[in-house]
Amino acid sequence: MSTVSVTVNGVNRKQEVEPRLLLVHYLRETLGLTGTHVGCDTSQCGACTVLLDGMAVKSCSLFAVQADGRKITTVEGLAQDGKLHPVQNAFWEKHGLQCGFCTPGMMISVCQLLERHPNPSEEDIRGELEGNLCRCTGYHNIVKAVQYAAGKTR
Amino acid sequence: MATQPRLFGSSIKRREDPRLITGRGTFTDDVKLPGTTYAAFVRSPYAHARIRSIDTAAAKAVPGVLAVFTSKDLAGAGVKTLPCGWLLPGIKVPPHLPLAADKARYMGDAVAVVIAENPYLAKDGAAQVVVDYEPLPAVAAGEKALAGGAPQVHAEVPGNVCFTWTIGDKAKTDAAIAGAAKVVKQRLVNQRLIPNAIEPRASLASVNAGTGEVTLWVTSQNPHVHRLLIAAFVLGIPEHKLRVISPDVGGGFGSKIFVYPEECVVTWAARQLMRPVKWTAERSESFLTDAHGRDHVSDAEIAFDGRGKIVGLRVKTIANLGAYLSTFAPLIPSYLYGTMLSGVYEIPNIFCDVTGVLTHTAPVDAYRGAGRPEAAYLIERMVELGARALGADPAELRRRNFIPKEKFPYTTPVAFQYDSGNYEPALDKALEMIDYRKLRDEQARLRKEGRHLGIGVATYVEVCGPAPSQAAGALGAQAGLYESGSVRVHPTAKVTVFTGSHSHGQGHETTFAQLAADELGLAIEDVEIVHGDTGLIPFGMGTYGSRSAPVGATAIYLSLQKVKEKGRKIAAHLLEAAEGDVVFEQGRYSIKGAPSRFKTFGEVTLMAYLAHNLPKGLEPGLEFTTFFDPPNFTFPFGTHIAVVEVDVSTGAVKIVRYVAVDDVGNVINPMIVDGMIHGGIAQGAAQALWEHGVYDDEGQLITGSMMNYALPHAADLLTFETARTVTPSPVNPLGVKGAGETGTIASTPAIANAVLDALSPFGIQHIDMPLTPARIWDALQAARR
Repeated sequence: MSTVSVTVNGVNRKQEVEPRLLLVHYLRETLGLTGTHVGCDTSQCGACTVLLDGMAVKSCSLFAVQADGRKITTVEGLAQDGKLHPVQNAFWEKHGLQCGFCTPGMMISVCQLLERHPNPSEEDIRGELEGNLCRCTGYHNIVKAVQYAAGKTR
Repeated sequence: MATQPRLFGSSIKRREDPRLITGRGTFTDDVKLPGTTYAAFVRSPYAHARIRSIDTAAAKAVPGVLAVFTSKDLAGAGVKTLPCGWLLPGIKVPPHLPLAADKARYMGDAVAVVIAENPYLAKDGAAQVVVDYEPLPAVAAGEKALAGGAPQVHAEVPGNVCFTWTIGDKAKTDAAIAGAAKVVKQRLVNQRLIPNAIEPRASLASVNAGTGEVTLWVTSQNPHVHRLLIAAFVLGIPEHKLRVISPDVGGGFGSKIFVYPEECVVTWAARQLMRPVKWTAERSESFLTDAHGRDHVSDAEIAFDGRGKIVGLRVKTIANLGAYLSTFAPLIPSYLYGTMLSGVYEIPNIFCDVTGVLTHTAPVDAYRGAGRPEAAYLIERMVELGARALGADPAELRRRNFIPKEKFPYTTPVAFQYDSGNYEPALDKALEMIDYRKLRDEQARLRKEGRHLGIGVATYVEVCGPAPSQAAGALGAQAGLYESGSVRVHPTAKVTVFTGSHSHGQGHETTFAQLAADELGLAIEDVEIVHGDTGLIPFGMGTYGSRSAPVGATAIYLSLQKVKEKGRKIAAHLLEAAEGDVVFEQGRYSIKGAPSRFKTFGEVTLMAYLAHNLPKGLEPGLEFTTFFDPPNFTFPFGTHIAVVEVDVSTGAVKIVRYVAVDDVGNVINPMIVDGMIHGGIAQGAAQALWEHGVYDDEGQLITGSMMNYALPHAADLLTFETARTVTPSPVNPLGVKGAGETGTIASTPAIANAVLDALSPFGIQHIDMPLTPARIWDALQAARR
C-alpha cells in the first residue's frame, strides 16, 4: 500500500491505497465522489475528466498515487457557496445535457476551454472538446452552452 | 386571480438537471451498499469454440475471490434460458443460457463469473480461470451463414435460418415491376452499428435476509420488463419478491431494453452469497456484448410508370441476428422494417421478404430507430436512384409520389394505417430554409470550379408509440404494449406521478410534470415524477419506440382527468351545486356563471382525505391509475436536407449545412424535442459517414473500442437548423407522436444521398455506408478507370 495525500475540492485527504488504484476509482470508491464517471477504458470518452492542478485530465488514465501532493477539482467542487458555476448554469440554461452521464467530464473540459479561449469561436469549442464524447446531444446545445458560459464568464 | 400560463408547449428548463450538473445523480454504478462484492466475467476470445473444460481452482485461490461460477452451477440451481419476447410464425428460438455451457458462440460470450471483494480482485481472479477451448469454424456475415456448408451456430436452427418472413402481395408486385416503364435495382448494405450509450451497462443485486426480497439495480429502459423476464423465465424468483430499480440511466438508444446474461447472473449470485453483487461493464465489454443494431443486406427494386409514379417496390433482405435471439430481435427486421417500406409514398404494390440469420456475432436487436432507419434508408436511397435514372429532381419526384393529405388515415400495402400526415408543408419548409433552387445553381457553379457540393433530401415517416396490445399480440409480441400512469394527490394537494415510462435522457421529470401542473392548475414544484422502480410503480412497459409521450404521458393524462372528475364530485357536494354546473379552471372548482362561488383544488383534496363531508357513497382519497392501450401507432414525418462537400482528391466529406423539418404532432417541451432531434441527427449522420461494427471472417470484433469505432466528436458535426410543422395525432388525446428517433431515421439517407449527389458527375451510383474517405476514394479511382 502507498500513501496518497491530495486536496480534493479544497479538502485535504490522506489515505492508504493500492499502487494500482486508478485515480477515478479513488475518487469514486474511496472518497465517494461519484459525480466523476467512467465511460470507457481507452481514455476516449472523457466522462472521468477532472482538474488536476487546474489542468483537465482523464482520471481513468492516472493512478491515484500520481496525484499525491496535488490539487483536484471534480464536478462536486464546481459550485461555490451554493451557487452554480457559470458553466453548470450554462449547461442547464441551454439544455446542454440529456442523460447527464458525460456532463461532469464535459463541464470540467469546458472550464479549461474557457480559460484557454475566453471568447471562443464555434470552431475553437468543437476542437477543444475532442476529448469528450456525448451520445445524446449531437453537441449542438453543448456548443450553445459554452457560448453562453463565455458570455457570462467574461 | 392570476392566470397560470399553460406549460404544455413551453420550453421550461429541465428539473432533472440540477442533480446531474452537480454530480449528485445516482447511476447504477454509484449505488453503494455495505458488504458489496464485485463480479468479473470470463469471456470467450473465440467466436465459436467448444468448451472442453473450465478449471477454476487457481481463480478460487486468489486472495479476496469469494466464488467462481460456471454454467454447471447455474444449471444445477435451475437457472433457465433467457426468453425471446417476440415470436414470429415458424421461428426457431435457440437456447440462451446466462453462461455458455457446451460452446461459446460469439466473441465475448460469457463462460464463467468471478466474484471478489473488490473489482480489481475480481479481475485478478478472472485472469486465473483456465478455459480449455477447442476453436471451431465461425461465420460472421449473414449471407455467408446461409451458404451451404456454413458453420452452424445452433443445432436447433438448421442452416442458421431463424425465420423467414414476408409482407405484401408478391404476385401483384412482380406483375407491376414487370410492366413498369423504368426499374431501378440496387443492393444496399445497412451496416452493423454498436450503440455506445456513454454509461456502460451495470447491475447490482442485493438480498434482504429478513424478507427474502431481492433488489436489482440495473441500467434498464424498462424495469418491469426486466423484473418479469428475470423472475418468471430465468431465475424463478416470485415476481413480488424481486424489485427492479433503474435509477439515473446514462443513455440507452435501445441497448438497455433487453435482458442480458449479466444481470441474471449477478442476481442469482447475490442469492448464493447472501451479499450484494455488483457488475459494471468496461467499454470493451459494451462493444462485445451490448446488443448491436442494423446489419441488413438487401436487394431492392423500385419501378416507375411513364409519369414518374412509383408502381412497385420489391425487397429481399438478409438480417443478421447474431448468435442468440436478443429480447426483441425478431421484431426489428420484420414488423418494424417491412411495414415501413412504403415511406411517405403512395406505392400500390410492395413485397418484402426477410430472412433472419444466426451468425457467430453479438446479438442484434433494437438500436435507435430499430427497423425504421433500415426501411427509410432503403426507400430513400431507391427513390433517389429513381430520380437520377428518370432525370427528375429528387425533391420533386418525392412530392409527386407523396401520399396526399386527403388520404389520411392511409393504409399502406404493408399493413400499417398511418394516423395523420401532411407531407408537402414539411418539404416546402425545408426547401425554403435551405434555399433549394439557389443551392442547386451554386452546386452547378462550384462543379465548374472542381468543387463538389452534394444536396441530399430525405422525406421520411416512421412509426412510434407501440402499441395497440391486441395488434402487437397478433404479430407475435409476448407482452401487451400499453403503459400505466398513476396520479397520487396527497392531502396537501402535492402530487406524485408514477409512470411506467423510463427516462434515460428524455426529460420526463420535466415534460410529464408540465402536463400534471397544467391539468391540475398547480405550480410545477408541487409535482414529482417517479419512474424506474417496480416497488413504487404498478406496472410499466418502459421507454423505447418513442412511446413515452404518446403512450406513457397519455396514461398520466387520463389519470389526471379522473382526479379532476372525482374532485368535481366533491366540489359540487361542498358547493351544494349540481355536478354539471361545476367547472374546473386554474386550480379552482367554481359554479358556472358564479365564479365567486368556488372551492380550490387544495380544499377539495383536503376533504377527499378528511372524508368528513363527502358525497354519499364516494370513497375517500384522491388517487387514480390508468393503463392506456393506444388504438393505433403514431407516424411522425418530415423532410431533412443535408448539404455536404466532398474533397474528391481525398474522399473526405464535410457536412456544410443540415436542415431538419420534423412533424411530431403536438410538442410538450420544444427545447427537449429539439435536443432529441439534434442527437438523433448526429447518430444517423454517424451511420452514414463513420460508424461500422466490423467482424473479420473468423468472427473477431475488430472495432472493439472507441479507438477504432468512429463515434462522432463535436468537431465532426455542425449547428443544425431545425423547424417544425404540426399535424396532431388523432390516436391520443394529447395529439403527440413521439420524437426520440426521427433524427436518426431521417439523417442517414439525407447524408448518404448528399454524398452520392456530390459524386454523381463521376457516374458513381452507390457506395455502401459508412461513406468513409477510403470508400469514396476507392469508388472515385474505380470510376476514373
